[in-house]
Formats: sequence, C-alpha cells, structure tokens
Amino acid sequence: MALFEKFKSGLQKTRQVLNTDVRDLFKAGAILDEEMLEEFEGRLIRSDMGVEAADEIVAELRKQHLGRTVDPQAIAETVNAKLRDLLSGEDRAEGGEEENADPLTRLNLNPDGPTVILVSGVNGVGKTTSIAKLAKLLTDAGQSVVLSAGDTFRAAAVEQLTMWAGRIGCEIVTGEANSDPASVAHRGAARAKELGADVLILDTAGRLQTQTNLMNELGKIRRVVGKQIDGAPHESLLVIDATTGQNGLSQAEKFSEAAGCTGIVLSKLDGSAKGGVVIPIRRRMSIPVKFVGLGEGLGDLAVFEPEKFVRALEI
Amino acid sequence: MSFIDRGRLTEATVREGMKQVRQALLEADVAYDVAQDFTKRVAEQAVGDRVLKSLKPSEQIVGIVYRELVTLMGGDPDSDFQPSSPAAQIGVKRDGVTVLMMCGLQGAGKTTTCGKLARALKKDGFAPLLVAADLQRPAAIEQLRTLGEQVGVPVYTEDPASSTPVKVCANGVKEAKRRGDVRVVILDTAGRLGVDEELMKELSAIDRKVGPDAAFLVADAMTGQDAVNSAKAFNEALELDGVVLTKMDGDTRGGAALSIKAVTGVPLKFVGTGETLDGLEAFHPDRMAGRILGGGDMATLLEKAQREFDADEMAEQQARMAEGKFTLLDFQKAMGQIGKLGSMRSVMKMIPGMGQLADMDPDADMDGEVRRVGAMIDSMTQDERLNPDRIDRSRRNRIAAGSGVQPHEVNKLLKDFKGMSGMMQSMSGLGMRDRMAAVKGLAGQMSANPGGQIQQRKQSTKADQDLAKLRAERKRKKQLAKKSRKKNR
Repeated sequence: MALFEKFKSGLQKTRQVLNTDVRDLFKAGAILDEEMLEEFEGRLIRSDMGVEAADEIVAELRKQHLGRTVDPQAIAETVNAKLRDLLSGEDRAEGGEEENADPLTRLNLNPDGPTVILVSGVNGVGKTTSIAKLAKLLTDAGQSVVLSAGDTFRAAAVEQLTMWAGRIGCEIVTGEANSDPASVAHRGAARAKELGADVLILDTAGRLQTQTNLMNELGKIRRVVGKQIDGAPHESLLVIDATTGQNGLSQAEKFSEAAGCTGIVLSKLDGSAKGGVVIPIRRRMSIPVKFVGLGEGLGDLAVFEPEKFVRALEI
Repeated sequence: MSFIDRGRLTEATVREGMKQVRQALLEADVAYDVAQDFTKRVAEQAVGDRVLKSLKPSEQIVGIVYRELVTLMGGDPDSDFQPSSPAAQIGVKRDGVTVLMMCGLQGAGKTTTCGKLARALKKDGFAPLLVAADLQRPAAIEQLRTLGEQVGVPVYTEDPASSTPVKVCANGVKEAKRRGDVRVVILDTAGRLGVDEELMKELSAIDRKVGPDAAFLVADAMTGQDAVNSAKAFNEALELDGVVLTKMDGDTRGGAALSIKAVTGVPLKFVGTGETLDGLEAFHPDRMAGRILGGGDMATLLEKAQREFDADEMAEQQARMAEGKFTLLDFQKAMGQIGKLGSMRSVMKMIPGMGQLADMDPDADMDGEVRRVGAMIDSMTQDERLNPDRIDRSRRNRIAAGSGVQPHEVNKLLKDFKGMSGMMQSMSGLGMRDRMAAVKGLAGQMSANPGGQIQQRKQSTKADQDLAKLRAERKRKKQLAKKSRKKNR
C-alpha cells in the first residue's frame, strides 16, 4: 500500500538509528552491564521520549538482561514490547487502535450530519499544512470537506489555506483579518450544513498554551459550533511538531483543558527529529497519536499505527 | 555529617547533586551529550570547593551550576547584564548598507522575527529593508508584506514563479543601495521541515552571491534534542553570527539555548516573546540559566543559593518591589540595611542624584530619624506591619507609647510609607534604568519639599507627563554621555 510505503520511508531514519544502535551497542556474546545500559538510555533520551519513559525501558532491560550474555534479538524484543506498551496506552484492549490505515476509522464520525474537526496547536507546528493534508486524505476517501479559515491573526494565514483549498478543490469559509475566529467557525458550520458536507475542519490561530485569553477562545469556538451541530466538535486534534521537546507535555495538557483534545497529529516527522515526546504524552494523558506528517507534499499525511511503527523497528 | 569532608564538597556529595542537575537539564531539553559533558565538567570543578556555612551542599551545587550556566551562555553571574542596542547586537556598520541574513527551520518564526527586528531597527533610526526570499512556503511573501506594512518598512519582493532566492536577495541588496537611505537589509530565507542538503545549498549560494555581513539563526525555544543537529548544520553552512530564540513567552524551559551555545559557540542575541511585533528582547544569560534550572525543587534550591551567593537580601526586596508588594517589614529591612551600611548622609552621597538631598539640610538628624522609624515598626504587631491600614487611633497611641514618640510621628511614618509603596507600585512596571530615573525624580521632589514628606502619587494624567519628562531627561543624559565618550577618545 502506497501510504504504508511512505510511512515506512518516513520512519526509515528512526528505524535505522535504533537498529544500528542496538547492534553496535549490544554485541552478541558480551555481558550486559550498567555502562551499556547508560549508553542506551542516552540514545533513548535523544529521541525526546523524556527521562521517565527512557528509564522505564532501561529498567525493563535491566530486569530481564543485566549480567547475562547479550542476545541482540531478545533485547530488541524487550525494547519493542515495552515501546508498544508505552505507545498503545489503556484503550488498546477496546480495539481503539487496530491495524487499519483507513483514516475514517480514526475519527469519531457524526452519523447525522457534518463531522466537525477542530485543529489547534502552538505557533509554527504546521497546523494549516496539516489541515490541508487531512482535507486531501478525507477527500480521497470520498468525503466532502469544508474548511474554515479561523486563523484570522497571523498575516496571510487565510491566503495560505485558501491556496490549499483551491488545490484540493474543497469549499472554504474565510473571515476578515483580526475578526472573531468563533464567528468564522459559526459561518463554517452553517456553510457545511447548507452544503450537506461530510466533514468540517476548523483551523485556528497558533497560540502558546500559556496565553490564557487565547486558550479560552478555543473554548468559545467549541461552544459556538456545539450549539449549531450536535456533539461538535467531534474530534479535537492537537498538532505537535516532531522537533518539540518536553514542552510537548505542557502543550498536550493545556490544550486538552481548553479544547478537549481527542488526538494528536505529529507533524514534521520526516526531519531528523523523532517525535519521541508523544510517548510521555500517551502515558500521562492517554491522548493517542492519530496522524503523522511525513513530508511537505499534500499527500504526506498518514494514519499513525503504533503496531506497525514498532514492527517497523524490529525489521 | 559524613558527606561533608572538613567543610569541603566531597565527590560523593557532588555526584549525588549532579544527578539531580542532570535530570533537570534533560527535562529542560538540554541535548543529552551537552548535559552529560556539562555535569561532568562542573562536578570536577566543584569537588573540593569550600562549603559556605549557610548552605546545604545540594544548594551550593545548584548555585555553582547556575553560575556556570550563566557564564557558558555568555553572561557574568556577578554583575547585572546590560544588553546593547539591537543595532549593536547585529553589528550594523557605521555607514553603508549592512546585510543581515536570517535562516532557520520551518515554523521557527523567521518571518515574524524579521518583522520584529525591522521594527526595532527602525525605532533606533536605522532604516531597514525587508527582502522576501522565501519563495517556497505558500503566502510567506504575503506575510512579510503585511508585516512590513504594520511596521512601516519597505519590503522587496519578486514573483516566485520567475525568480530564485539568490536573485531576490541580490536584487534586494541592489534595491537597498539604490534607495540610499536604507541602512540594514534583512533577508527572510526559506525554511525546511528538517535540515536537508537542498536548503543548505540554497543558503550557501545566497551567502556566496550576496556576502551578508551577519547571519542569524532563528530557533524555536521549544525544540527538543534535535536543536543541536539543526544548529550545527546551519553553522557549518553559514558560520552563524547570532541566534534568536523564539516563543520564549511560553512555559518552555528552553534547554535548546544551552545546547545551541554549547555545540556551536554562537552567541545568543535576542529572544522572541509573543506574536506582536514589539515582542523582541535582548537575551539575558542569567534569566535563561534560572529558567533552564527552574521548576520544582531546583527553583527552591537555586533561590536560596543565589540569595546566599549574593550575600544580602536586596534581591528579594527587588523582587517584591517588582511585584509591587512592599510592606512595612520590607521598609524596616531596608532601614536596617542602610543602618548597616553606615550613616545615612554618607550613603546618600553615594547614590547618584541623591547627593543634593544629603546637602540640603545640614541640621536634619537623618540617622536619628532612621532609629525612630525602626523603633516604631518594632512596636507594631506582625499583623499591623503587613496591613498598616488596620492601625486606628488606639493602636497608634499604643505604638507611640511603645517606641517613645509622639502619636503624630506614627501618623507621619504611615503616610510616608503609603507614598513610598505607591511609588514602588508605579515603579514595578519600569525597567531598571527607568527605576533609577524615578528614584532621582523622587529625590528632586523631596528636596523641593523640605517638609520631607513623600507625596502619594495621584492616579491621573500627571503620570504620563512625568514619564515624558523622565524620557527627555534620559535622552539628554545619553547625549551627554556620548559627548564625553567622544571627548575621551
């Protein structure tokens, strides 16, 4: 499948790094000692997964393998099992994240009318681009999409989304510069209902999670669309830049408070950064990663599949 | 205790303390290798240090780490950081056109930072020209144009379909020279998702063709471990002259600052705070060091250590002043410190602008006054010191009797204090220089008012006039200083 190929190639670097690491660090026949474990901890931390998660993986290795002869295969299995564990979270048993690359299975769809997806995040993470990619993904899956250009603050943000909408060929609702983003969302919802669209995606201006007023604005947008369409927003996606460090945790926490995040879009995963911060986010707040951005092209958004992700690491 | 060896830090203590420090650094997103090297180096230095009497070893270690961090990021832990002007930071040439090239990853905030720099330069009288060399991101040109309009700075653009970044930059510089009045050209180059060869080639090509006078990297303060990779790559391609750290108004600890400095050695110049165009400040190494260490236990340890390292309580008082909280207790402490320093009159002579006050009334018994005020505050209950508004007639009489003064003197003290705390509040919004100016203004007020009472500032339009006066005063001072500098040359 084309998407999987892209996903795999996007993760190639991560995979290569981890794989070679495991091999030249844990040489078959040597005795696993604390020094090796510390070295390995460093490599884990470099993925931005944070000290806590890295320590957990190292503790597991220590428990199972310390003082024994190194069996690279067995060590890789322990690491992968633990990673899978950390990434899957609690709702795995409910079948929340089965292997399935169909984007629609990842979304909480509204059976009677437009499904509203609110997209938020800090400045510069690639919200607008991610929205364009998501719109493309959904359009390709046979959904009719309406975009609402709610970033009325950043210069030229509306133009950027309009450009994308033109390329994808979907409807877009815009507002005046510096107008109330909730009013743009309101008009977007009205337009989506009028057209009988399947999905409405709401763009928002980038904001740092510490800007209380702007965070409250997200709550207002939620209330406004909730009044127009039952249960809206049905999905609230937080876009996190894969280069983000431990501040991603604070982002997830505060955006969840304000916008009730149901999932994460991990953007810019094709760079040298590994996006490990989604691991502590999953652990502490059990917000799953739903999509990953793997490139600059319009088609470069894939459904995130933890099982596949980890299996890819095992190859 | 076993871990203190004859009053010096032992290896075991240091190792234990450094573990905590390392964890704090990693949680602040300092790159793994940088954190590792840093803690190792500082640990080696710290072993054998004399333990200060008033500090626990862990506190002292954090103190040492803080000082090292400040030094590493280009500051001096023993003196207040004095940032130079934006033009000086950039290195604007005496005459002719200075070309500044901005680079960075996508979403770091390059375009916004260009706008902020343009605004700051224009304010200081160095006319800038913005050049939109990001032909890749949709609407990047549009965004820069809008920013240019907002700050009233010309923007040079070309049609992305028929031009290349190198051409735009070269033509932009030509345009600046043609215009004649432009002093600084700011090139807004394209970013990429990650560092890639194509981008580096493009930047090197611009570098060769245009030969910018300075290249700045714009980096997101929230970046994690990857910060070192991109900073290294940009530095290798361009030989960076400075770094701007953006999105510092969030709650990120900003370990990327340390990583970038440690790996590239490039000085940090500015921090971006907020999306509005005035959100650009000079980089303060001391603030950054506190922030990287900050959070939870570390903050508490650091606070204590710093206080002791500074060996006085002034810092705390300044912080309280900055918050606009100033109680009679602080008033009393301040009095105590002044008492320690020596006679009031000699101290006042040392404070710039206060000398006139000391010479004003040779008969006034300043030191006696200080003693009496101290006695009055001593006679108050803790509650009264914190809430002086509670002091009614009967309490006032009690305090007067307790301190051996007349009731009206208690009244005068309360009135003075009120005036002072009002002043503190109005000063809390000002920077250090403005605060000094305000103190000077106050001294003038006092000498003009031999009754000696500090007037309570009225909340009215008068405040604006005072500010304007202060500003004019400062400007005059600056010019004088400049003249004297010239003379000395």
